[in-house]
Amino acid sequence: MSRPILEVSGLDMRFGGLLAVNQVALKVQEKQVVSMIGPNGAGKTTVFNCLTGFYQPTDGVILLNDEPIQNLPGHKIARKGVVRTFQNVRLFKDMTAVENLLVAQHRHLNTNFLSGLFKTPDFRRSEQTAMEFAAHWLEQVNLTEFANRPAGTLAYGQQRRLEIARCMMTRPSILMLDEPAAGLNPRETEDLKALIGMLRDKHNVTVLLIEHDMKLVMSISDYIYVINQGTPLADGTPEQIRNNPDVIKAYLGEA
Amino acid sequence: MSNSASLKTAFFSALLVLAVAYPVLGLKLTTVGIKLEVQGASPAVLWTICGAAVLMFVWQLLRSRLSSLWATVPELPKMPGTASDFLTRPSTQRWIILALVMIGLVWPFMVSRGSVDIATLILIYIMLGLGLNIVVGLAGLLDLGYVGFYAVGAYTYALLSHYYGLGFWVCLPLAGLMAAFFGFILGFPVLRLRGDYLAIVTLGFGEIIRLLLRNMTWLTGGPNGVSNIDKPTLFGLSFERKAAEGMQTFHEYFDIAYNSINKVIFLYLVALLLVLITLFVINRLLRMPIGRAWEALREDEIACRALGMNPTVIKLSAFTLGATFAGFAGSFFAARQGLVTPESFTFIESAIILAIVVLGGMGSQLGIILAAVVMILLPELMREFSDYRMLMFGALMVFMMIWRPQGLLPMQRPHLELKP
Repeated sequence: MSRPILEVSGLDMRFGGLLAVNQVALKVQEKQVVSMIGPNGAGKTTVFNCLTGFYQPTDGVILLNDEPIQNLPGHKIARKGVVRTFQNVRLFKDMTAVENLLVAQHRHLNTNFLSGLFKTPDFRRSEQTAMEFAAHWLEQVNLTEFANRPAGTLAYGQQRRLEIARCMMTRPSILMLDEPAAGLNPRETEDLKALIGMLRDKHNVTVLLIEHDMKLVMSISDYIYVINQGTPLADGTPEQIRNNPDVIKAYLGEA
Repeated sequence: MSNSASLKTAFFSALLVLAVAYPVLGLKLTTVGIKLEVQGASPAVLWTICGAAVLMFVWQLLRSRLSSLWATVPELPKMPGTASDFLTRPSTQRWIILALVMIGLVWPFMVSRGSVDIATLILIYIMLGLGLNIVVGLAGLLDLGYVGFYAVGAYTYALLSHYYGLGFWVCLPLAGLMAAFFGFILGFPVLRLRGDYLAIVTLGFGEIIRLLLRNMTWLTGGPNGVSNIDKPTLFGLSFERKAAEGMQTFHEYFDIAYNSINKVIFLYLVALLLVLITLFVINRLLRMPIGRAWEALREDEIACRALGMNPTVIKLSAFTLGATFAGFAGSFFAARQGLVTPESFTFIESAIILAIVVLGGMGSQLGIILAAVVMILLPELMREFSDYRMLMFGALMVFMMIWRPQGLLPMQRPHLELKP
């Protein structure tokens, strides 16, 4: 069995009197697709926000490769390889698709002021590599023909794929997808499933997924956590979750 | 609105005119015998008030009908979309700017001294506009205290020249560095603030700088400022009539008659050079990773953070760079003027620079050049109406915001294209 890349224990997030996340624990193995499901308002996105540093959790420990990251600011966590997408797509809408991908490589580029000013060979090379890497990923997500279109003018499904490609620009080890299938039609969902599978198998990325589309979740996940009202309800393989009476009760109500 | 309702409104509006006119114009009712008389106004004024009341009555009565008529009046002619697009395209702008530079190089030798002087002033504002444009237009940070950095630059040169006798060309980079330093230390704590809060803090900063300069009399000379600042030299050649000890003058070296216009033209050319450097740097910045990062940050800060970009550092770089250009402009201003006082750096200056950026079209360089020309030239051309200057200023702003809210020539960013 592969080693855990992300370990969360006793995670609490309190907003005033509201305990939005209560003692959540996760153990994410490397190169797996792990899903987090639960009814609307269960606190899944809040967990994401805590993990990626957008919220400072009230309590709990988050270990990334055995290193605590719970109090780091968002951009530092992202630099450690934990990158996320958003429930409502957050692309740079006025920039073209390829520019979106270039911006995301900011940290890997030659940002030396003088070499940029005088277009040194080193600077050109760095820009060239960035462009090639961006082109490579545009191809992976099937958006090459839209490379020079402003991101805001793309269709919704394309925007979602572009956002995933943009995350890949930062060379992440964990990719966190917040409802990536929301608003997609069945065909696009199939494409997405293939894409997530490819990320895991070909690019060795660990994927943490929040999703409501049960068909997608059940078919792609290696492990599933169920959260209800901020509290962990169950966890297990898709098969175990499917047959768990508590989960069925939470989703369908009591008979 | 029904007829009776509009009649009622019209009647009350007319009454209101009378009621307001009474205290405002200082009329007085006094009893003379058993009659009431209005005092404190000539018959002409009284008739005007009555006339105004009647006009108000008619206007209110017919307003709904007039407004429907108004709707049929054709709109102001808009700039055709294709023309606007052509003018704002980066490639077109480059040629226009090149042409402007050519004209700018030849032009001063053919016109009067006064015109060259005004052109120099315009160039200073272009530099300031371009600098502020980095902060406001590219990085999207509203900075109302930009004049503070301008002041820092100006005083850096003035004081170094006054106390240590350093020349302009040595002080120019120092002034830029100093302003950058101030931008950095101000930016560090305040750039976590957003939008309006940032605007207020920077506004305060601008005022603090001015008050410091005013009150640190032992260093800055207080309200009197620093005077007798040296003008720039051309490789050590002075443009004064008589050179200082150990220096040579321009006219002696080239053996021509002394003419004061040489100095003015030289200053103009120095300003032009500084503007060109500014233009070059900003053009490169737009195509560098940092330029893209500014754009991205302006669009979505949260997404930037999620991608591992540190928003504070990116904003700080914009703030510091913008301040640097203000520092350059400031030291040139001090050199040209020969005198700096705190009163040159009031809030209205910040407002004018910001107006240039907004009027020109945020982020657009040609737009800013155009706007700077308009903003500085118009008041100069309309000297006879100087009493109404602020009024016209306001009217121009309102008109522009209605006609072209995106600015004269809105920015089109140079897009990086993926070539197949």
